[in-house]
Amino acid sequence: MSVGVVMLVHTALHRAEQVIRHWSAAGCPVVIHVDKNVDRAVYDDFVNSVADLPDVLFSKRHRCEWGTWGIVAASQSASSLMLEKFPDVRHVYLASGSCLPLRPIKDLQEYLAKRPRTDFIESATTADVPWTQGGLDFERFTLRFPFSWRKHRFLFDRYVEFQRRFKMYRRVPDGIVPHMGSQWWCLTRQTLSAILEDPDRGVYDAYFRRVWIPDESYFQTLVRLYSQNIESRSLTLSKFDYQGKPHIFYDDHLQLLRRSDCFVARKIWPNADRLYENFLNEEYPLKGAEPNPGKIDRIFAKAVERRTRGRAGLFMQSRLPRAGHENGFTSAPYSVFEGFADLFEDFEPWLARMTGTRVHGRLYSKAGVEFEGRQKTFSGAMSSNAKLRDHHAQSFLINLIWNTRGERQCFQFGPTDSQFVSWDLAKDPNAQISVISGAWAIPLFQSNRNFAEIRAEAAELQRIESEHLDALRSPWTKARIRIWTLADFIETPMEALQTVLDEMGAKNLRRVTEAPKMADLNGFGQFLQNLKNQGMHPYLMGDFPTESSPVNDRPSRRKPYLVR
Amino acid sequence: MSQVSGGEVPSDGVLVFSTMRNEMLRLEHWLSHYRKLGATHFLIVDNNSDDGTEDYLAQQPDVSVWSTTDSYKASRFGVDWLTCLQINFGAGRWCLTVDADELLVYPDSATRDLDALTNHLEATGHDAFGTLMLDMYPKGPLGQVSFKEGQDPIQVLPWFDGDNYRAKLHPVFGNLWIQGGVRDRLFFGGQPERSPTLNKTPLVKWRRKYAYVTSTHQILPRRLNDVFDMGQGDRVSGVLLHTKFLPNIAVKSEEELVRAQHFENSELYQPYYNALIADPDLWVETSIKYQGTAQLEAMGLMSRGTWNSAS
Repeated sequence: MSVGVVMLVHTALHRAEQVIRHWSAAGCPVVIHVDKNVDRAVYDDFVNSVADLPDVLFSKRHRCEWGTWGIVAASQSASSLMLEKFPDVRHVYLASGSCLPLRPIKDLQEYLAKRPRTDFIESATTADVPWTQGGLDFERFTLRFPFSWRKHRFLFDRYVEFQRRFKMYRRVPDGIVPHMGSQWWCLTRQTLSAILEDPDRGVYDAYFRRVWIPDESYFQTLVRLYSQNIESRSLTLSKFDYQGKPHIFYDDHLQLLRRSDCFVARKIWPNADRLYENFLNEEYPLKGAEPNPGKIDRIFAKAVERRTRGRAGLFMQSRLPRAGHENGFTSAPYSVFEGFADLFEDFEPWLARMTGTRVHGRLYSKAGVEFEGRQKTFSGAMSSNAKLRDHHAQSFLINLIWNTRGERQCFQFGPTDSQFVSWDLAKDPNAQISVISGAWAIPLFQSNRNFAEIRAEAAELQRIESEHLDALRSPWTKARIRIWTLADFIETPMEALQTVLDEMGAKNLRRVTEAPKMADLNGFGQFLQNLKNQGMHPYLMGDFPTESSPVNDRPSRRKPYLVR
Repeated sequence: MSQVSGGEVPSDGVLVFSTMRNEMLRLEHWLSHYRKLGATHFLIVDNNSDDGTEDYLAQQPDVSVWSTTDSYKASRFGVDWLTCLQINFGAGRWCLTVDADELLVYPDSATRDLDALTNHLEATGHDAFGTLMLDMYPKGPLGQVSFKEGQDPIQVLPWFDGDNYRAKLHPVFGNLWIQGGVRDRLFFGGQPERSPTLNKTPLVKWRRKYAYVTSTHQILPRRLNDVFDMGQGDRVSGVLLHTKFLPNIAVKSEEELVRAQHFENSELYQPYYNALIADPDLWVETSIKYQGTAQLEAMGLMSRGTWNSAS
């Protein structure tokens, strides 16, 4: 009889009973504290339900409200009773009704028998740990908290403000240094009795009665006065979410809990039949294995990360970030090419060959979405219907990138396309945008349309592209952007292409050896001059010589410029 | 509306509310689905069924049935009938309002019951739970699927559209307004604004002053529509597997055309019903086959927020 269990119970009494029987069957005496908020009749039934067990006692009942003294008072009464009635008990284990032993009790008894002088209690100074939630760390020891946080939040908050304002701080009693830690401890008889029988206990109790959440600091502080050997960790696996609420374990945690090698876990969901069934019949002793909650810690840390950061680039029914708060508008990098498909006749297949990425046509074409291979639907059953796309052009892009995670997407864009996403592209850090400005004039130059029509169209396209370029050059831009004028680009097309492909970071990319086929620009200079002669000045394509001399002969070589 | 049958409504657990009309095909599995999730009682309004739905329901020990022959449309598509029941039986407790063709799933719903979910919602300070309605369909023409009464509809309708959903804030009710999915893709390409609304808030800790507006898409007061996170993080949410496209869809659609009881402007939906009557194939190469809740979660169709996972 080396380990005694003090159990604090307030709900799910049928589960508590099961666990009490489990402890008791292994020879552990149990002292139970039932919250005074529990009905007298329910309490009596509960007492009767375990009346057949030897060495199970009930202690004086206190009213326990979260964050208040009642829980400490309950632990004190029950612990005193335990020490008094069961002189053989060496370690006292504080547990709750929703705690579940994960390993055979014998494992725990042997483990503690080998460490007869060790107190297992998490105990750290507030200055050194960032555990606390909600802004009250050291202040929980220096302010007063007469109002209930749960029931009178407003008064609670105002009174905290009031005390801060007028610097009404309490003094911490001499000789103690506030420490905090998990509420669930396992202390030796020597240490626990020293705390409970301390001649100054009246002083400490009076002080901690007004401390905020004393159950996380009373024993954690006083243990520092008496313990010969503190192991600052809890033997009870207990995780908290980012708001400081305890995580609950369900049936699906069975394997995870089993692999943790922890002795006891809380809180267990009362309807988790599989967990209770499995662990209360656990037969495989792990001998002296150390508890190993590392894996659980990692999984739960991931959950907190997800809660606070979300999944970048995901918009759904429980995540709709405000503009600017997205933590990523899209979920992965992608490349936008503007003007390339106008200048090169076989740009799409060439790009797909060179980079091994997914190369779409003009996704925002007004006639319909040009998915790769001109499929009617694409990943995620996205439709090629332009109306559906334009009904929410941002969603379209977000979905496309989300649906193809793990595979880089490339698409063409230009002034003939619907422009709803122009700004979204510019502001998205995942976008790599390469522009040959003015290239939209090439299809016009090649077309067989009346010149008046061409002139009107050219003016319109120039206006649209100019607006788009303004977005790309604005201070809000976060995309990686390169802009060449058409004239500059065709000076050194291979160099420019190489730059773009390098920036895509495509794996195994060798020097670009094979060039895409450039459109025949003989007479293009004259075409531009004709537009000028009609009073429409095309400027986005840079300076083209009027004569149709071979363009490569131009003497001055300007470098492409990089925006950001 | 008059009560046909029903025993004592238990004092704890989640209550399920629904209106039905001729749902024998789905009923048995629907009840067992929600019983497995731990729903403690069903409160159902039967609107003039003639296929035995009412009698079947009346025989169930955990179902209370009300019967009405009034107009579905005039009662705002059944909302008024249910609001009445919710006020009387649902105040102060968690109420799940779902149609007979909606099967609720949420992260780990195979191992965590509705009480676990509502307990988590309360612990995190929420009194409403948001879902996406996911249209499930078969491979091949709708009418050629063989389906037996009582079977799990997902067995014959295992396919869905992965992610072609678009979300924005509803200007009036402040709810998230999600459209998309297979009906949007096939039938509403010409008028996307009329495409079905897919967001629903079916699970709510009810108070007497609450009321759904149209189906469970919107609820008043507006605060309850706040089931999503507008910062970077996300919250726990679920999916309603929508089993509308069972083989009797053509018959039902013809009936709807005649009854003209759905939506404010029933005639606008005529082409849609006609398309359904023509026995279409909704399946495409990029359709995705349902594998379970972990899949929906990984795809981002639902999320678990802070609800801890086991992997």
